[in-house]
Amino acid sequence: MDKKDIKEIEKQMKLANEGLPEKERILFSDVRPTTVAPLNKYLENFLNWARARSLWIIGYGTGCGAMELRPLMTSRFDMSRFGIAPRPTPRQSSVFVIGGYASIKTIKRIVRSYEQMQGPKFVIALGSCTINGGMYYDSYNTINRLDYYIPVDIYIAGCMPRPEALIAGFNKLKEKIQTGECEGMNKYAENFDWYKKNQKQIIKDWNMPDYNW
Amino acid sequence: MEYLLNKIKKMIKFEASIKQRDDLYFITVKKEQLELILSYLRDNEGFTHLAFLQAVDYLEDNKFQLTYMLYNYDIKVNLGIKVYIDREKAEMVSIHKFWAHSWQYQRELHEMYGINFPGSPRVEESFVLEGWEEIPPMRRDFNTLEYSIKTYYQRPGRSTNDPAKYMKEKMYKKYAESPKIRRDND
Ligand code: SF4
Repeated sequence: MDKKDIKEIEKQMKLANEGLPEKERILFSDVRPTTVAPLNKYLENFLNWARARSLWIIGYGTGCGAMELRPLMTSRFDMSRFGIAPRPTPRQSSVFVIGGYASIKTIKRIVRSYEQMQGPKFVIALGSCTINGGMYYDSYNTINRLDYYIPVDIYIAGCMPRPEALIAGFNKLKEKIQTGECEGMNKYAENFDWYKKNQKQIIKDWNMPDYNW
Repeated sequence: MEYLLNKIKKMIKFEASIKQRDDLYFITVKKEQLELILSYLRDNEGFTHLAFLQAVDYLEDNKFQLTYMLYNYDIKVNLGIKVYIDREKAEMVSIHKFWAHSWQYQRELHEMYGINFPGSPRVEESFVLEGWEEIPPMRRDFNTLEYSIKTYYQRPGRSTNDPAKYMKEKMYKKYAESPKIRRDND
């Protein structure tokens, strides 16, 4: 392979950012996400242990299920017992709780926020709406399966799930993190093109960079 | 209120009037007379508040019905003005000059039903649907289930039960069999 070929491949690997106007493309990154290999076994185990004990959820409720986050946060169910606390921005958080149905307008923001979160990041989807569309399965404006657009670690079924169910889900998530199964971020990087294809299929007016971080 | 209706009746010929409740009346007027009657009611009769503006799709009659709901704070009466417009060439005068906030309703109607309001500010901007390419989704000839199946990946294995039958079978079996408990239908 000579230099020209390598350049050609490099160019293909870059993201086109076609949704942006020409003069803004230079302002945004065109690098794809990359997978992160685990560190050596003991260190990774320790890190996973630590990660599972400090979950920061992003305060972005997308559907009616987000209502249940309020009792969860406040004194009755008090999620800070479990080392879970809300954060205001995606940059500072590690868990994304999708609270139910996601309309097209919302999924656009979900994708953007999800990509801006720093790894390792986890997604909990609550409510039957995120699983198979729930009672909005025939709606023209809500998605039916969330895992086609972003990787999901835990689903919590119910319409809507009670805070107890959420706590159970969070505990399950902790277990999964500790065993190192929550590889959503790597999955996203590996299947990046597939996720992007699905996202672009429904978000018709794609006016943001292809990968926002 | 009857007095007022009679007064309006003398002014213009309206097609129908309904008294639904003591404080809720509807009148149906012609499309061309709408501006006249709205300005009259707002300026002279104290119907100063536009509560909402909404549309109903009468697919069978090939018509849209627009309802302008007005409210009078003095006599505490709601008055709905109904207008029928053609469904194919759905167009209506914009009333943003009478009530400034009505542009938002008109924008929504434009997006959801495809009704044109020439001159209304920002009416072309998308409201809920971003980048919508099909026919407006609240029109009744738009098949949402078909669209959903086509666009969003259905998860297989979805099933539905008739709630009444299902509850009888599963939940109230014990009660249904027990002779001691009286049920409504016996
Ligand atoms: S599953 Fe039920 S509660 Fe949750 S978002 Fe859907 S409709 Fe709302």
